[in-house]
Amino acid sequence: MRVWLTLVRRELAGYFVSWTGYTVIAAVAFLFGLSFYILLNQLNLSESDQPLTEMFYDSLSFFMWMILLLASPLITMRTFAHEKFTGTFETLMTTPVSDLQVVLAKFFGSFFFYLVLWSPLVGCLFIVRHFSNDPTAIDPGTLGSTLLGIGLLGALYMALGCFASSLTRSQIIAAMIALVLGVSLYLLSFLSYAMAGQTGWMMKIFNHVSLVEQMRDFARGVVDIRPVVLYLSLTVLFLFLTLKSVQSRRWK
Amino acid sequence: MIEVVNLTKRYAGHRAVNGLTFRVAPGEIVGLLGPNGAGKTTIMRILSCYMPATSGTARVAGFDVFTEADEVRRHIGYMPEHNPLHREMRVRDYLKFRARLKGLGHGRSRERVDTVLEQCGLADVSKRVIGQLSKGYQQRVGLADALSHEPELIILDEPTAGLDPNQIRAVRQLIKDLAGKHTVLLSTHILPEVEVTCSRVLILHEGRVLADDTPRNLEKLMSKSGRVVTEIAAPLHELEDVFEHAVEIDSFDLSPAEGDYIRCSLTARPGLDVREQIFRMTRDRDWKLRELTRSAHSLEDIFVRITRPNQEDEV
Repeated sequence: MRVWLTLVRRELAGYFVSWTGYTVIAAVAFLFGLSFYILLNQLNLSESDQPLTEMFYDSLSFFMWMILLLASPLITMRTFAHEKFTGTFETLMTTPVSDLQVVLAKFFGSFFFYLVLWSPLVGCLFIVRHFSNDPTAIDPGTLGSTLLGIGLLGALYMALGCFASSLTRSQIIAAMIALVLGVSLYLLSFLSYAMAGQTGWMMKIFNHVSLVEQMRDFARGVVDIRPVVLYLSLTVLFLFLTLKSVQSRRWK
Repeated sequence: MIEVVNLTKRYAGHRAVNGLTFRVAPGEIVGLLGPNGAGKTTIMRILSCYMPATSGTARVAGFDVFTEADEVRRHIGYMPEHNPLHREMRVRDYLKFRARLKGLGHGRSRERVDTVLEQCGLADVSKRVIGQLSKGYQQRVGLADALSHEPELIILDEPTAGLDPNQIRAVRQLIKDLAGKHTVLLSTHILPEVEVTCSRVLILHEGRVLADDTPRNLEKLMSKSGRVVTEIAAPLHELEDVFEHAVEIDSFDLSPAEGDYIRCSLTARPGLDVREQIFRMTRDRDWKLRELTRSAHSLEDIFVRITRPNQEDEV
């Protein structure tokens, strides 16, 4: 555990001693600023009875997904690929650290960084509440479920990115693999839109993997246990694949 | 300290290590010598538990590298080829991080880091960023890392590659200072390195041990068919005549040197030393003699001879 914490701290520090971390944070903060501006404009135009988080998600789901889809490969691409490229992976794996500890440390390191990335959102929402003079504009429940959704989606995309990074020595290839896998997962939602009105088992499956709709539920304050289980199990699956990929050097 | 029995590592298509067997006793400094691709790095990676062997066993400090990998890792300090480091970290932070990874506690790791910083002459640069240090200093950081948890066995893969002569000397001195306290296994394809630092040499070729002895014994082995270089002032044709008729001399090569002298490289028949004879010859004929040396066979010759057995040595 102590060793694991040392590793996580090192992972997090890795984002902040190089320019990667700051660049990603700056880019995301810029996008937040833009979306926040649009949100304020909308609030000025008309009244709404939607929770603020849902409004944010509804009108700006484009931003939210763009940040998630684009930033997560950038966050995770260095985890394994960079260490393999510089060779420090070898020094790491010859210390008495288990493969699982390394995988979990890389995952949580990027996950914590992801959470840092989203923290301005909370600030934005509180600013809106302050100036709208309406304490009910944000209630802790909807805010909590929104953050839960963002966190769970983040965990899934971080695990997916770590897996992509463990496959290669090149950060660019890692980012591309993560981007393709991530976008494919996202696009599954649109299959359910395209097939709207149909019935049958395919429709049922696609409804269950519609990330866009599920995230809307979270933003609305609805915590359905099914997507929670889906995200958690997919996260575990990708972490398991990452572990196997790390161990593959033993039988290659 | 190290016990390797019948170790084989197969990569797709070829064997990097082929039925290797050797032992290293505690306190020895052993050099693995071999051309690129002889399997040096593979052996070190197996011993440091980075990857397992295809067959055979290897034990380090009494622990099996495959089944007791964590214990083995606690007992070895490993510096891989090209000495990979986190270049963006500061020297002290890096060593502290590594010491913690190896399971040292907070206070203990600080204490050890201070010790190795001193030991490797890094105290002055402990706050510098590793990437900005010279290669020599970076190499010392790698060495300090390998030492930080007081391992019994230190494995160094080409520790002096890419350094300038002064840096090489400094790193070699550091390695020599480890003798006695630690067992050291180092690999290199630079011959003087083993001559200077190691107490034993294993010459590897295509994954097998071709020779296993002290550097001095290996040299002795080779010097039996000694070569003699001499400079004599005498008419060329007379010299040719004399050498041609001397039964002890296998072959010779004459070339003009400074002044009236002629430089003669003589290869004597195996097991013979012709120096005395040459001295007598020049004295009898009243020729002037200004050099008479038996060229000691360096490890280099041994290396070339052993690893390229079908080619006549061109020395």
